[in-house]
Amino acid sequence: MSGPLLRVEGVWKTYHAHPVLRGVDLDVAPHEVVCLIGASGSGKSTLLRCVNVLETVDDGAILLEGDDITDPDADPDAVRKRIGMVFQSYNLFPHMSVLDNITLAPVRVHKRPKAEAAEEARELLKRFGLADKAGEYPDRLSGGQQQRVAIIRAMATRPSLLLLDEVTSALDPELVTEVMGIIRELKESGMTMVLATHEMGFARDIADTVCFLSDGVLLERGPAEQIFEDPAEPRTREFLRRVLESRRL
Amino acid sequence: MTAQAGGGAAWVKSERQLDRERRRRRAGVRSGSVAAASTVLCVAVVVAVVVTSPGWPRVHETFFNWGEFTGAFPDVLRGFWLNVRIFLIAEPVILVLGLLVALARGLRNPLFFPLRALAVAYTDVFRGIPTILLVYLVGFGLPALRLQGIPDSPAVLGGFALVLSYGAYVAEVFRAGIDSIHPSQRAAARSLGLSKTQSLRFVVLPQAVRRVVPPLLNDFASLQKDTALVAVLGPLEALRQAQIHSAANFNYTPYLATAVLFVALTVPMARFTDHLAVRAERRRAPGGGT
Repeated sequence: MSGPLLRVEGVWKTYHAHPVLRGVDLDVAPHEVVCLIGASGSGKSTLLRCVNVLETVDDGAILLEGDDITDPDADPDAVRKRIGMVFQSYNLFPHMSVLDNITLAPVRVHKRPKAEAAEEARELLKRFGLADKAGEYPDRLSGGQQQRVAIIRAMATRPSLLLLDEVTSALDPELVTEVMGIIRELKESGMTMVLATHEMGFARDIADTVCFLSDGVLLERGPAEQIFEDPAEPRTREFLRRVLESRRL
Repeated sequence: MTAQAGGGAAWVKSERQLDRERRRRRAGVRSGSVAAASTVLCVAVVVAVVVTSPGWPRVHETFFNWGEFTGAFPDVLRGFWLNVRIFLIAEPVILVLGLLVALARGLRNPLFFPLRALAVAYTDVFRGIPTILLVYLVGFGLPALRLQGIPDSPAVLGGFALVLSYGAYVAEVFRAGIDSIHPSQRAAARSLGLSKTQSLRFVVLPQAVRRVVPPLLNDFASLQKDTALVAVLGPLEALRQAQIHSAANFNYTPYLATAVLFVALTVPMARFTDHLAVRAERRRAPGGGT
Protein backbone atom coordinates (compact mmCIF):
# COMPACT_ATOMS: atom_id res chain seq x y z
CA MET A 1 0.00 0.00 0.00
CA SER A 2 1.49 3.32 -1.05
CA GLY A 3 -1.08 5.83 0.21
CA PRO A 4 -1.08 7.40 3.66
CA LEU A 5 -1.54 5.10 6.64
CA LEU A 6 -3.87 7.61 8.22
CA ARG A 7 -5.88 10.29 6.45
CA VAL A 8 -7.93 12.90 8.32
CA GLU A 9 -10.27 14.82 6.03
CA GLY A 10 -12.02 17.99 7.13
CA VAL A 11 -12.88 16.72 10.61
CA TRP A 12 -15.20 18.77 12.80
CA LYS A 13 -15.97 18.08 16.44
CA THR A 14 -18.04 20.20 18.79
CA TYR A 15 -18.81 19.80 22.47
CA HIS A 16 -22.03 21.52 23.56
CA ALA A 17 -21.98 23.85 20.56
CA HIS A 18 -18.36 24.72 21.27
CA PRO A 19 -16.22 23.75 18.25
CA VAL A 20 -13.04 21.95 19.27
CA LEU A 21 -11.94 20.79 15.81
CA ARG A 22 -12.82 22.96 12.84
CA GLY A 23 -12.09 21.15 9.61
CA VAL A 24 -8.78 19.42 10.29
CA ASP A 25 -6.87 17.71 7.45
CA LEU A 26 -3.88 15.52 8.12
CA ASP A 27 -2.00 12.72 6.32
CA VAL A 28 0.34 10.35 8.07
CA ALA A 29 2.60 8.15 5.93
CA PRO A 30 3.76 4.72 7.06
CA HIS A 31 6.73 4.99 9.46
CA GLU A 32 6.15 8.71 9.83
CA VAL A 33 6.25 10.36 13.24
CA VAL A 34 3.91 13.34 13.53
CA CYS A 35 3.91 15.67 16.53
CA LEU A 36 0.88 17.82 17.29
CA ILE A 37 1.77 20.98 19.17
CA GLY A 38 -0.39 23.84 20.34
CA ALA A 39 -1.83 25.40 23.47
CA SER A 40 -4.07 23.48 25.85
CA GLY A 41 -7.55 23.31 24.37
CA SER A 42 -6.31 23.63 20.80
CA GLY A 43 -7.77 20.22 19.94
CA LYS A 44 -4.71 17.91 19.99
CA SER A 45 -6.18 15.35 22.38
CA THR A 46 -9.61 15.49 20.76
CA LEU A 47 -8.07 14.72 17.38
CA LEU A 48 -6.31 11.65 18.81
CA ARG A 49 -9.49 10.49 20.53
CA CYS A 50 -11.40 10.83 17.25
CA VAL A 51 -8.79 8.73 15.45
CA ASN A 52 -9.20 6.03 18.11
CA VAL A 53 -13.01 6.26 17.80
CA LEU A 54 -13.31 7.19 21.47
CA GLU A 55 -15.21 10.21 20.08
CA THR A 56 -17.47 10.34 17.04
CA VAL A 57 -16.70 13.11 14.57
CA ASP A 58 -19.40 15.65 13.68
CA ASP A 59 -18.23 16.05 10.10
CA GLY A 60 -15.47 14.90 7.77
CA ALA A 61 -13.88 11.47 7.65
CA ILE A 62 -10.92 9.52 9.02
CA LEU A 63 -9.37 6.76 6.93
CA LEU A 64 -7.06 4.14 8.35
CA GLU A 65 -5.19 2.19 5.67
CA GLY A 66 -7.91 3.30 3.25
CA ASP A 67 -10.87 2.18 5.43
CA ASP A 68 -13.32 4.83 6.56
CA ILE A 69 -13.37 4.38 10.34
CA THR A 70 -15.92 7.19 10.81
CA ASP A 71 -18.53 5.23 8.85
CA PRO A 72 -21.42 4.56 11.24
CA ASP A 73 -21.29 0.88 10.24
CA ALA A 74 -17.56 0.54 10.94
CA ASP A 75 -16.81 -1.62 13.99
CA PRO A 76 -14.89 0.52 16.49
CA ASP A 77 -13.46 -2.59 18.16
CA ALA A 78 -11.94 -3.72 14.87
CA VAL A 79 -10.44 -0.26 14.33
CA ARG A 80 -8.92 -0.16 17.81
CA LYS A 81 -7.29 -3.52 17.24
CA ARG A 82 -5.13 -1.77 14.66
CA ILE A 83 -4.40 1.33 16.74
CA GLY A 84 -2.58 1.59 20.06
CA MET A 85 -3.21 4.52 22.38
CA VAL A 86 -1.33 5.81 25.41
CA PHE A 87 -2.85 8.36 27.77
CA GLN A 88 -1.47 11.19 29.86
CA SER A 89 -2.57 9.51 33.10
CA TYR A 90 -1.24 6.03 32.10
CA ASN A 91 -4.59 4.33 32.88
CA LEU A 92 -3.00 1.03 33.83
CA PHE A 93 -5.43 -1.46 35.38
CA PRO A 94 -4.67 -1.27 39.12
CA HIS A 95 -6.02 -4.74 39.93
CA MET A 96 -3.68 -6.51 37.52
CA SER A 97 0.04 -7.11 37.62
CA VAL A 98 2.23 -5.45 35.00
CA LEU A 99 2.37 -8.69 33.03
CA ASP A 100 -1.42 -9.15 33.08
CA ASN A 101 -1.90 -5.53 32.00
CA ILE A 102 0.24 -6.21 28.94
CA THR A 103 -1.14 -9.64 28.01
CA LEU A 104 -4.86 -8.82 28.53
CA ALA A 105 -5.52 -7.54 25.00
CA PRO A 106 -3.26 -10.01 23.14
CA VAL A 107 -4.97 -12.93 24.90
CA ARG A 108 -8.58 -11.70 25.02
CA VAL A 109 -8.79 -9.64 21.82
CA HIS A 110 -6.21 -11.21 19.53
CA LYS A 111 -6.69 -14.73 20.92
CA ARG A 112 -3.00 -15.46 21.23
CA PRO A 113 -1.99 -18.34 23.49
CA LYS A 114 -1.37 -17.09 27.00
CA ALA A 115 2.15 -18.47 27.30
CA GLU A 116 3.19 -16.94 24.01
CA ALA A 117 1.75 -13.54 24.95
CA ALA A 118 3.49 -13.66 28.33
CA GLU A 119 6.78 -14.60 26.68
CA GLU A 120 6.46 -11.66 24.31
CA ALA A 121 5.50 -9.30 27.14
CA ARG A 122 8.56 -10.33 29.13
CA GLU A 123 10.75 -9.65 26.11
CA LEU A 124 9.27 -6.17 25.69
CA LEU A 125 9.74 -5.47 29.40
CA LYS A 126 13.34 -6.59 29.17
CA ARG A 127 13.98 -4.48 26.10
CA PHE A 128 12.74 -1.37 27.91
CA GLY A 129 14.49 -2.01 31.21
CA LEU A 130 11.51 -3.26 33.21
CA ALA A 131 12.28 -6.99 33.32
CA ASP A 132 12.08 -7.12 37.13
CA LYS A 133 8.66 -5.43 37.25
CA ALA A 134 6.56 -8.12 35.53
CA GLY A 135 4.92 -9.27 38.77
CA GLU A 136 4.49 -5.84 40.37
CA TYR A 137 1.19 -4.00 40.64
CA PRO A 138 0.98 -0.54 39.02
CA ASP A 139 0.71 1.39 42.31
CA ARG A 140 4.17 0.12 43.25
CA LEU A 141 5.78 1.73 40.20
CA SER A 142 6.97 5.28 39.63
CA GLY A 143 5.10 7.44 37.13
CA GLY A 144 7.80 6.95 34.51
CA GLN A 145 7.71 3.17 34.95
CA GLN A 146 3.91 3.15 34.76
CA GLN A 147 3.96 5.15 31.54
CA ARG A 148 6.57 2.85 30.01
CA VAL A 149 4.38 -0.12 30.92
CA ALA A 150 1.42 1.66 29.30
CA ILE A 151 3.42 2.09 26.10
CA ILE A 152 4.47 -1.56 26.14
CA ARG A 153 0.83 -2.54 26.75
CA ALA A 154 -0.20 -0.59 23.65
CA MET A 155 2.66 -2.12 21.61
CA ALA A 156 1.84 -5.68 22.65
CA THR A 157 -1.16 -5.75 20.33
CA ARG A 158 1.19 -5.00 17.37
CA PRO A 159 -0.75 -1.95 16.19
CA SER A 160 -0.03 -0.34 12.83
CA LEU A 161 -0.44 3.11 14.38
CA LEU A 162 0.41 4.38 17.86
CA LEU A 163 -1.27 7.45 19.36
CA LEU A 164 0.43 9.14 22.31
CA ASP A 165 -1.58 11.77 24.16
CA GLU A 166 0.72 14.02 26.19
CA VAL A 167 2.36 10.99 27.67
CA THR A 168 5.00 12.94 29.60
CA SER A 169 2.79 15.74 30.94
CA ALA A 170 2.02 14.06 34.26
CA LEU A 171 5.63 13.10 34.95
CA ASP A 172 8.36 14.65 37.08
CA PRO A 173 11.08 16.16 34.88
CA GLU A 174 13.64 13.49 35.72
CA LEU A 175 11.22 10.74 34.66
CA VAL A 176 10.39 12.36 31.31
CA THR A 177 13.63 11.27 29.68
CA GLU A 178 13.06 7.55 30.34
CA VAL A 179 9.67 7.72 28.62
CA MET A 180 11.14 9.70 25.73
CA GLY A 181 13.81 7.07 25.38
CA ILE A 182 11.28 4.33 24.76
CA ILE A 183 9.43 6.46 22.18
CA ARG A 184 12.71 7.18 20.38
CA GLU A 185 13.39 3.47 20.23
CA LEU A 186 9.96 2.83 18.74
CA LYS A 187 10.66 5.40 16.05
CA GLU A 188 13.89 3.64 15.19
CA SER A 189 12.02 0.36 14.82
CA GLY A 190 9.78 2.03 12.23
CA MET A 191 6.59 2.57 14.26
CA THR A 192 4.09 5.05 12.83
CA MET A 193 3.17 7.47 15.58
CA VAL A 194 1.08 10.57 16.20
CA LEU A 195 2.00 12.40 19.41
CA ALA A 196 0.35 15.30 21.14
CA THR A 197 3.05 16.92 23.23
CA HIS A 198 4.11 19.99 25.18
CA GLU A 199 7.79 19.01 25.05
CA MET A 200 9.06 21.16 22.20
CA GLY A 201 12.63 19.90 22.44
CA PHE A 202 11.41 16.35 22.17
CA ALA A 203 9.04 17.17 19.29
CA ARG A 204 11.87 18.77 17.39
CA ASP A 205 14.14 15.83 18.05
CA ILE A 206 11.77 12.99 17.17
CA ALA A 207 9.18 14.33 14.71
CA ASP A 208 9.37 13.95 10.95
CA THR A 209 6.51 16.38 10.71
CA VAL A 210 5.25 18.93 13.21
CA CYS A 211 1.68 20.23 13.10
CA PHE A 212 0.63 23.37 14.93
CA LEU A 213 -3.00 23.44 16.05
CA SER A 214 -4.69 26.60 17.16
CA ASP A 215 -8.36 26.84 18.14
CA GLY A 216 -9.26 23.63 16.37
CA VAL A 217 -7.52 24.49 13.11
CA LEU A 218 -4.36 22.87 11.81
CA LEU A 219 -2.65 26.14 11.13
CA GLU A 220 0.72 25.00 9.92
CA ARG A 221 2.53 21.78 9.17
CA GLY A 222 6.05 21.08 8.04
CA PRO A 223 9.34 19.39 8.85
CA ALA A 224 10.36 19.89 12.47
CA GLU A 225 13.28 22.14 11.56
CA GLN A 226 11.20 24.49 9.48
CA ILE A 227 8.44 24.82 12.09
CA PHE A 228 10.82 25.55 14.91
CA GLU A 229 13.39 27.67 13.00
CA ASP A 230 11.23 29.51 10.56
CA PRO A 231 7.50 29.20 11.16
CA ALA A 232 5.39 30.72 8.42
CA GLU A 233 2.42 31.67 10.59
CA PRO A 234 2.67 34.58 13.03
CA ARG A 235 0.58 32.60 15.56
CA THR A 236 2.98 29.69 15.44
CA ARG A 237 5.84 32.09 16.07
CA GLU A 238 3.92 33.67 18.95
CA PHE A 239 3.16 30.27 20.51
CA LEU A 240 6.76 29.08 20.29
CA ARG A 241 8.03 32.36 21.71
CA ARG A 242 5.73 32.03 24.73
CA VAL A 243 6.72 28.42 25.31
CA LEU A 244 10.40 29.32 25.18
CA GLU A 245 9.87 32.20 27.59
CA SER A 246 8.11 29.98 30.12
CA ARG A 247 11.02 27.55 29.92
CA ARG A 248 13.44 30.28 30.85
CA LEU A 249 11.59 31.18 34.06
CA MET B 1 14.35 2.62 59.86
CA THR B 2 17.78 1.58 58.82
CA ALA B 3 20.44 3.71 57.20
CA GLN B 4 20.90 3.17 53.47
CA ALA B 5 24.04 1.24 52.65
CA GLY B 6 26.71 3.62 51.41
CA GLY B 7 24.63 6.73 52.11
CA GLY B 8 26.05 8.62 55.08
CA ALA B 9 27.18 7.23 58.43
CA ALA B 10 25.22 4.55 60.30
CA TRP B 11 22.41 6.01 62.39
CA VAL B 12 23.00 6.29 66.11
CA LYS B 13 20.00 7.82 67.91
CA SER B 14 20.84 11.19 69.33
CA GLU B 15 20.39 12.05 73.01
CA ARG B 16 17.56 14.38 72.01
CA GLN B 17 15.69 11.59 70.19
CA LEU B 18 16.18 9.14 73.09
CA ASP B 19 14.78 11.69 75.51
CA ARG B 20 11.80 12.29 73.20
CA GLU B 21 11.07 8.58 73.04
CA ARG B 22 11.30 8.23 76.85
CA ARG B 23 8.82 11.04 77.32
CA ARG B 24 6.46 9.62 74.70
CA ARG B 25 6.54 6.23 76.46
CA ARG B 26 5.79 7.84 79.80
CA ALA B 27 2.85 9.78 78.31
CA GLY B 28 1.54 6.54 76.79
CA VAL B 29 1.61 4.73 80.12
CA ARG B 30 -0.07 7.68 81.81
CA SER B 31 -2.98 7.88 79.32
CA GLY B 32 -3.42 4.11 79.51
CA SER B 33 -3.81 4.15 83.30
CA VAL B 34 -6.15 7.15 83.19
CA ALA B 35 -8.40 5.35 80.70
CA ALA B 36 -8.44 2.16 82.81
CA ALA B 37 -9.20 3.99 86.07
CA SER B 38 -12.00 6.11 84.61
CA THR B 39 -13.60 3.07 82.95
CA VAL B 40 -13.59 1.05 86.16
CA LEU B 41 -15.09 3.98 88.04
CA CYS B 42 -17.84 4.54 85.47
CA VAL B 43 -18.83 0.88 85.38
CA ALA B 44 -18.89 0.71 89.20
CA VAL B 45 -21.15 3.77 89.42
CA VAL B 46 -23.56 2.53 86.75
CA VAL B 47 -23.81 -0.93 88.30
CA ALA B 48 -24.34 0.52 91.77
CA VAL B 49 -27.07 2.89 90.59
CA VAL B 50 -28.88 0.22 88.57
CA VAL B 51 -28.73 -2.52 91.20
CA THR B 52 -29.83 -0.28 94.09
CA SER B 53 -32.68 1.34 92.15
CA PRO B 54 -36.19 0.38 93.37
CA GLY B 55 -37.26 -1.32 90.10
CA TRP B 56 -34.16 -3.53 89.78
CA PRO B 57 -35.56 -6.76 91.30
CA ARG B 58 -38.43 -6.70 88.80
CA VAL B 59 -36.10 -5.99 85.85
CA HIS B 60 -33.87 -8.79 87.03
CA GLU B 61 -36.79 -11.16 87.31
CA THR B 62 -38.31 -10.25 83.90
CA PHE B 63 -35.24 -10.01 81.67
CA PHE B 64 -32.37 -11.78 83.44
CA ASN B 65 -34.03 -14.86 84.87
CA TRP B 66 -31.41 -17.61 84.73
CA GLY B 67 -33.94 -20.42 85.03
CA GLU B 68 -35.95 -19.07 82.13
CA PHE B 69 -32.79 -18.56 80.13
CA THR B 70 -31.56 -22.12 80.46
CA GLY B 71 -35.09 -23.45 79.93
CA ALA B 72 -35.61 -21.61 76.64
CA PHE B 73 -32.08 -21.60 75.27
CA PRO B 74 -32.00 -25.08 73.67
CA ASP B 75 -35.22 -24.43 71.74
CA VAL B 76 -34.14 -20.93 70.76
CA LEU B 77 -30.78 -22.24 69.61
CA ARG B 78 -32.49 -24.94 67.52
CA GLY B 79 -34.69 -22.24 66.02
CA PHE B 80 -31.67 -20.07 65.39
CA TRP B 81 -30.19 -22.78 63.20
CA LEU B 82 -33.13 -22.20 60.86
CA ASN B 83 -32.30 -18.46 60.78
CA VAL B 84 -28.72 -19.31 59.89
CA ARG B 85 -29.85 -21.65 57.11
CA ILE B 86 -32.22 -19.04 55.66
CA PHE B 87 -29.36 -16.57 55.73
CA LEU B 88 -26.80 -18.93 54.18
CA ILE B 89 -29.09 -19.83 51.29
CA ALA B 90 -30.49 -16.33 50.72
CA GLU B 91 -27.10 -14.61 50.71
CA PRO B 92 -25.59 -16.15 47.55
CA VAL B 93 -28.92 -15.86 45.73
CA ILE B 94 -29.07 -12.16 46.65
CA LEU B 95 -25.51 -11.60 45.41
CA VAL B 96 -26.27 -13.14 42.02
CA LEU B 97 -29.64 -11.37 41.68
CA GLY B 98 -28.17 -8.01 42.72
CA LEU B 99 -25.29 -8.29 40.29
CA LEU B 100 -27.57 -9.28 37.41
CA VAL B 101 -29.94 -6.39 38.10
CA ALA B 102 -27.04 -3.93 38.34
CA LEU B 103 -25.65 -5.21 35.02
CA ALA B 104 -29.09 -5.03 33.41
CA ARG B 105 -29.32 -1.36 34.40
CA GLY B 106 -26.09 -0.69 32.54
CA LEU B 107 -27.27 -2.19 29.23
CA ARG B 108 -27.20 0.37 26.44
CA ASN B 109 -28.26 -1.81 23.52
CA PRO B 110 -31.78 -0.76 22.43
CA LEU B 111 -32.68 -4.44 22.08
CA PHE B 112 -32.36 -4.83 25.85
CA PHE B 113 -34.40 -1.76 26.77
CA PRO B 114 -37.23 -3.81 28.35
CA LEU B 115 -34.69 -5.60 30.53
CA ARG B 116 -33.23 -2.30 31.66
CA ALA B 117 -36.67 -0.86 32.40
CA LEU B 118 -37.54 -3.99 34.36
CA ALA B 119 -34.38 -3.66 36.45
CA VAL B 120 -35.14 -0.02 37.26
CA ALA B 121 -38.74 -0.87 38.18
CA TYR B 122 -37.58 -3.77 40.36
CA THR B 123 -35.15 -1.71 42.44
CA ASP B 124 -37.62 1.17 42.75
CA VAL B 125 -40.49 -1.04 43.90
CA PHE B 126 -38.72 -3.47 46.19
CA ARG B 127 -36.59 -0.88 47.94
CA GLY B 128 -39.77 1.02 48.69
CA ILE B 129 -41.76 -1.80 50.27
CA PRO B 130 -41.15 -2.39 54.00
CA THR B 131 -39.51 -5.82 54.35
CA ILE B 132 -42.10 -7.09 56.83
CA LEU B 133 -44.90 -6.16 54.41
CA LEU B 134 -43.12 -8.10 51.70
CA VAL B 135 -42.85 -11.10 54.02
CA TYR B 136 -46.63 -11.00 54.54
CA LEU B 137 -47.33 -10.55 50.83
CA VAL B 138 -45.12 -13.44 49.76
CA GLY B 139 -45.64 -15.69 52.77
CA PHE B 140 -49.42 -15.51 52.93
CA GLY B 141 -50.27 -14.10 49.50
CA LEU B 142 -48.47 -16.57 47.24
CA PRO B 143 -49.89 -19.76 48.82
CA ALA B 144 -53.35 -18.17 48.70
CA LEU B 145 -53.12 -18.25 44.91
CA ARG B 146 -53.25 -22.06 45.10
CA LEU B 147 -51.03 -22.32 42.04
CA GLN B 148 -49.08 -25.46 41.34
CA GLY B 149 -45.37 -25.47 42.15
CA ILE B 150 -45.46 -22.74 44.80
CA PRO B 151 -43.61 -24.00 47.89
CA ASP B 152 -45.69 -24.20 51.05
CA SER B 153 -42.83 -24.03 53.54
CA PRO B 154 -43.03 -20.70 55.40
CA ALA B 155 -39.24 -20.65 55.78
CA VAL B 156 -38.76 -20.92 52.01
CA LEU B 157 -41.39 -18.28 51.30
CA GLY B 158 -39.93 -15.98 53.95
CA GLY B 159 -36.44 -16.49 52.52
CA PHE B 160 -37.80 -15.66 49.07
CA ALA B 161 -39.28 -12.38 50.40
CA LEU B 162 -35.90 -11.47 51.91
CA VAL B 163 -34.17 -12.22 48.59
CA LEU B 164 -36.57 -9.89 46.75
CA SER B 165 -36.05 -7.10 49.22
CA TYR B 166 -32.28 -7.38 49.66
CA GLY B 167 -31.67 -8.06 45.96
CA ALA B 168 -32.83 -4.51 45.26
CA TYR B 169 -30.45 -3.03 47.84
CA VAL B 170 -27.50 -5.09 46.73
CA ALA B 171 -28.17 -4.19 43.08
CA GLU B 172 -27.81 -0.53 44.00
CA VAL B 173 -24.57 -1.23 45.86
CA PHE B 174 -23.12 -3.01 42.83
CA ARG B 175 -24.29 -0.22 40.53
CA ALA B 176 -22.62 2.40 42.73
CA GLY B 177 -19.43 0.36 42.61
CA ILE B 178 -19.52 0.10 38.82
CA ASP B 179 -20.21 3.83 38.49
CA SER B 180 -17.31 4.63 40.82
CA ILE B 181 -14.71 3.25 38.41
CA HIS B 182 -13.19 6.17 36.52
CA PRO B 183 -14.19 6.40 32.82
CA SER B 184 -10.51 6.48 31.87
CA GLN B 185 -10.28 2.80 32.85
CA ARG B 186 -12.99 1.94 30.35
CA ALA B 187 -11.36 4.17 27.72
CA ALA B 188 -8.04 2.39 28.24
CA ALA B 189 -9.71 -1.01 27.92
CA ARG B 190 -11.62 0.00 24.79
CA SER B 191 -8.51 1.54 23.23
CA LEU B 192 -6.81 -1.85 23.55
CA GLY B 193 -9.59 -3.33 21.42
CA LEU B 194 -11.60 -4.94 24.22
CA SER B 195 -15.33 -4.98 23.53
CA LYS B 196 -17.83 -3.36 25.91
CA THR B 197 -18.54 -6.70 27.54
CA GLN B 198 -14.86 -7.59 27.85
CA SER B 199 -14.07 -4.17 29.36
CA LEU B 200 -16.79 -4.70 31.92
CA ARG B 201 -15.75 -8.24 32.75
CA PHE B 202 -11.97 -7.88 32.93
CA VAL B 203 -11.45 -4.25 33.90
CA VAL B 204 -14.49 -2.59 35.49
CA LEU B 205 -16.20 -5.36 37.46
CA PRO B 206 -13.14 -6.76 39.26
CA GLN B 207 -12.34 -3.28 40.57
CA ALA B 208 -15.96 -2.44 41.37
CA VAL B 209 -16.58 -5.64 43.34
CA ARG B 210 -13.47 -5.09 45.46
CA ARG B 211 -14.65 -1.60 46.23
CA VAL B 212 -18.14 -2.61 47.41
CA VAL B 213 -17.20 -5.50 49.72
CA PRO B 214 -17.55 -3.41 52.93
CA PRO B 215 -21.04 -2.04 52.09
CA LEU B 216 -22.10 -5.53 50.99
CA LEU B 217 -21.02 -7.01 54.32
CA ASN B 218 -22.97 -4.24 56.02
CA ASP B 219 -26.09 -5.30 54.13
CA PHE B 220 -25.49 -8.89 55.12
CA ALA B 221 -25.21 -8.04 58.81
CA SER B 222 -28.62 -6.46 58.35
CA LEU B 223 -29.94 -9.53 56.51
CA GLN B 224 -28.87 -11.79 59.40
CA LYS B 225 -31.15 -9.85 61.74
CA ASP B 226 -34.00 -9.63 59.28
CA THR B 227 -34.27 -13.42 59.06
CA ALA B 228 -36.25 -12.95 62.30
CA LEU B 229 -39.01 -11.26 60.25
CA VAL B 230 -39.85 -14.69 58.87
CA ALA B 231 -41.24 -15.41 62.37
CA VAL B 232 -44.53 -13.76 61.40
CA LEU B 233 -45.17 -16.67 58.99
CA GLY B 234 -44.90 -19.17 61.80
CA PRO B 235 -41.85 -21.39 61.17
CA LEU B 236 -40.08 -22.37 64.37
CA GLU B 237 -37.08 -20.08 64.07
CA ALA B 238 -35.39 -18.34 67.00
CA LEU B 239 -37.78 -15.46 67.54
CA ARG B 240 -40.84 -17.73 67.24
CA GLN B 241 -39.40 -20.14 69.81
CA ALA B 242 -38.72 -17.23 72.16
CA GLN B 243 -42.30 -16.03 71.70
CA ILE B 244 -43.62 -19.46 72.64
CA HIS B 245 -41.48 -19.69 75.79
CA SER B 246 -42.19 -16.12 76.75
CA ALA B 247 -45.94 -16.54 76.36
CA ALA B 248 -45.90 -19.57 78.68
CA ASN B 249 -44.61 -17.68 81.78
CA PHE B 250 -44.93 -13.99 80.90
CA ASN B 251 -41.17 -13.67 81.17
CA TYR B 252 -39.03 -11.90 78.61
CA THR B 253 -35.73 -13.60 79.22
CA PRO B 254 -36.16 -15.89 76.16
CA TYR B 255 -36.14 -12.78 73.96
CA LEU B 256 -32.89 -11.76 75.55
CA ALA B 257 -31.46 -15.21 74.79
CA THR B 258 -32.45 -14.71 71.14
CA ALA B 259 -30.89 -11.26 71.06
CA VAL B 260 -27.63 -12.70 72.41
CA LEU B 261 -27.51 -15.22 69.57
CA PHE B 262 -28.09 -12.58 66.89
CA VAL B 263 -25.46 -10.29 68.38
CA ALA B 264 -23.02 -13.20 68.56
CA LEU B 265 -23.44 -13.63 64.81
CA THR B 266 -23.40 -9.98 63.69
CA VAL B 267 -20.55 -8.69 65.84
CA PRO B 268 -17.86 -10.87 64.20
CA MET B 269 -19.26 -9.78 60.82
CA ALA B 270 -18.98 -6.11 61.83
CA ARG B 271 -15.39 -6.57 63.01
CA PHE B 272 -14.54 -8.33 59.76
CA THR B 273 -16.02 -5.38 57.82
CA ASP B 274 -13.89 -2.96 59.86
CA HIS B 275 -10.85 -5.08 59.19
CA LEU B 276 -11.45 -4.97 55.43
CA ALA B 277 -12.02 -1.23 55.50
CA VAL B 278 -8.76 -0.67 57.36
CA ARG B 279 -6.92 -2.89 54.92
CA ALA B 280 -8.36 -1.03 51.94
CA GLU B 281 -7.36 2.28 53.54
CA ARG B 282 -3.83 1.03 54.05
CA ARG B 283 -3.61 -0.11 50.44
CA ARG B 284 -4.59 3.33 49.21
CA ALA B 285 -1.94 5.03 51.32
CA PRO B 286 1.38 5.73 49.59
CA GLY B 287 3.79 2.86 49.94
CA GLY B 288 0.90 0.62 50.96
CA GLY B 289 -0.01 -2.67 49.43
CA THR B 290 0.74 -6.27 50.25
